[in-house]
Amino acid sequence: MNWLLVYPIVIPLMTAVVSYLFRNSRAGRWISVAGTAALLLASLLLMAEVLDRGVVAAQMSNWEAPFGITLAADLLGAVMVVITAITGMATVIYSLSDISERLERMGFHALLQILLMGVCGAFLTGDLFNLYVWFEVMLIASFGLLVLGGDRQQLDGGIKYVMLNLVSTIMFLTGIGLLYGITGTLNMADLHLAVREVQNQGLLTTIAVMFMVAFGVKAALFPLFFWLPASYHTPPVAVSAIFAGLLTKVGVYSLIRCFTLIFNQDVGFTHTLLLWLSVITMVTGVLGAAAMNDFRRILSFHIISQIGYMVLGLAIYTPLGLMGAVFYLVHHIIVKANLFFVAGVAKRIGGSTDLARLGGLYTHAPLLAFLFLIPAFSLAGFPPLSGFWAKYVVVKAALDLEMWGVAAISLAVGLLTIFSMTKIWGAAFWPDHPDGIKPRLSDLPMGDRVALMLPIIGLAALTCIIGLFPEPFVQFAERSATQLLDPTEYITTVLGVQP
Amino acid sequence: MQSLILTTTTRLLAALLLMFSVYALLRGHNLPGGGFIGGLIGATGFILYTIATSEVEARRALRVDPSNIAVVGLGIAGLAGLSAGLAGEPFFTGQWLFLFAEDGGKGLPLSTVLVFDIGVYLAVFGGILTLVFALEEEI
Repeated sequence: MNWLLVYPIVIPLMTAVVSYLFRNSRAGRWISVAGTAALLLASLLLMAEVLDRGVVAAQMSNWEAPFGITLAADLLGAVMVVITAITGMATVIYSLSDISERLERMGFHALLQILLMGVCGAFLTGDLFNLYVWFEVMLIASFGLLVLGGDRQQLDGGIKYVMLNLVSTIMFLTGIGLLYGITGTLNMADLHLAVREVQNQGLLTTIAVMFMVAFGVKAALFPLFFWLPASYHTPPVAVSAIFAGLLTKVGVYSLIRCFTLIFNQDVGFTHTLLLWLSVITMVTGVLGAAAMNDFRRILSFHIISQIGYMVLGLAIYTPLGLMGAVFYLVHHIIVKANLFFVAGVAKRIGGSTDLARLGGLYTHAPLLAFLFLIPAFSLAGFPPLSGFWAKYVVVKAALDLEMWGVAAISLAVGLLTIFSMTKIWGAAFWPDHPDGIKPRLSDLPMGDRVALMLPIIGLAALTCIIGLFPEPFVQFAERSATQLLDPTEYITTVLGVQP
Repeated sequence: MQSLILTTTTRLLAALLLMFSVYALLRGHNLPGGGFIGGLIGATGFILYTIATSEVEARRALRVDPSNIAVVGLGIAGLAGLSAGLAGEPFFTGQWLFLFAEDGGKGLPLSTVLVFDIGVYLAVFGGILTLVFALEEEI
């Protein structure tokens, strides 16, 4: 039994409880900060353990796998937990300034911690039904965060969000039921072995497609992404940032996990389907972004477009492709959350997120302009930032299989990404403000300035570090991809037997 | 709406429901019952009181903010799971204490499973009442 697997779930739970009880005083927010710092520490310890000893697993309540609930972390799971903790930390610090006392009294920090618990749980569980439970935890917490404060626009976005996500969860649950019906197990490692015994492989492929739809909604794959741009621009910035960073990535993670460990009996069909979906997702996302005129809406559509790259890496299904997917996943969480943070500061000092009502940021807030360029260029894939390496690996994987069309499209999408980033630059940073406002960072009170800029600087520094010293990160992604394609170690650790 | 019949019977029924909810909670380990259903029954008692009097009245009778009850319940459930760590066993492994056990018998079995169930009871009780009070609120 490895307690390191339990901490990333229990720490946010207890932090949520205590910070909720102290929600009416300033202590609540600092408890939340301390709890997230503890989560970060725990996730790093888990990472060290996984790097040191390989896959780790723990059986809850001492029920042996495959009967009880298993928690397991391989390299991919561990790195996702670390990145969740980093994003959580950035969001909590940012929210010290961004979230009003009114929202704090309604329990903002508790909901945020529950969300972190759900995300960590989803990354660590080794059981499909348990994954469903964590999806529900995330859905409830994110719905709460989305409508917290309850203005009209938020409720409108929230309803769309929750309805479409409920459809996905029902689909997921139905798939789980059918899979249990034909294999008799829901432990992922055990399923890997059990699906090979199934007579009716056609039914299995059908179930695989149901899972694809369920996770596709969560990950915002074409044509199931409509809830995302409808809701992500409505809540407070700290909330949209953590949503943009983490939530869709849980869907991508689940796709990667299930379509490497369980559903790889008919790669010719399922992964080809994923390939086409990912290409169309890339294109529609970036075209949607090009058509938008609001800072946060452009960024929302970019999430969809970038999801395409990650799923493309999975769909290519070679070691290099999966390595690209893992690298992309990590890089994108950091970059995307950061861009939303920048949008929030722009709104704070410039008064709006509508590009027509913004301006003068380059003249009056050059630091912010510089900090926008780092994640924006990284997103578009400029060398030497993290996005360049992520895109490079995925495109290289496509070229290796002589998928010229796919590679060309993904490069063209990168070009269009630059186009919409320059659109933001050209409207919000370059010209003077239409209302004559001089958006200066120095006008913000000192405390706010630190709370808002610290996460942005930290995440931008991470982007640069990954970009300038990609070697260890690439090696890590490579090891992780090898582990995903050959799950022997995962299965032996979870089940305690040789497969 | 004030109804004499409803207010009079509520005084009896609410108390009965609360008592029955504790009974359902305690018998839950091996028989039908448990924290979830117990919490629902307990909440019904207060819901009845809300309908018979008013939301303000019911809040006063409860004394504590129901959402706090729910969150404390969550914390108790989590701690019950963590307690397995003290015995060096995996998370959520039930820890048992057999009071007055004689050979062959189990005496009075107490366990962290019951503590977990009490946590669930409070979480459900508080959660339901938070919802109902919010819906019954007069603005």
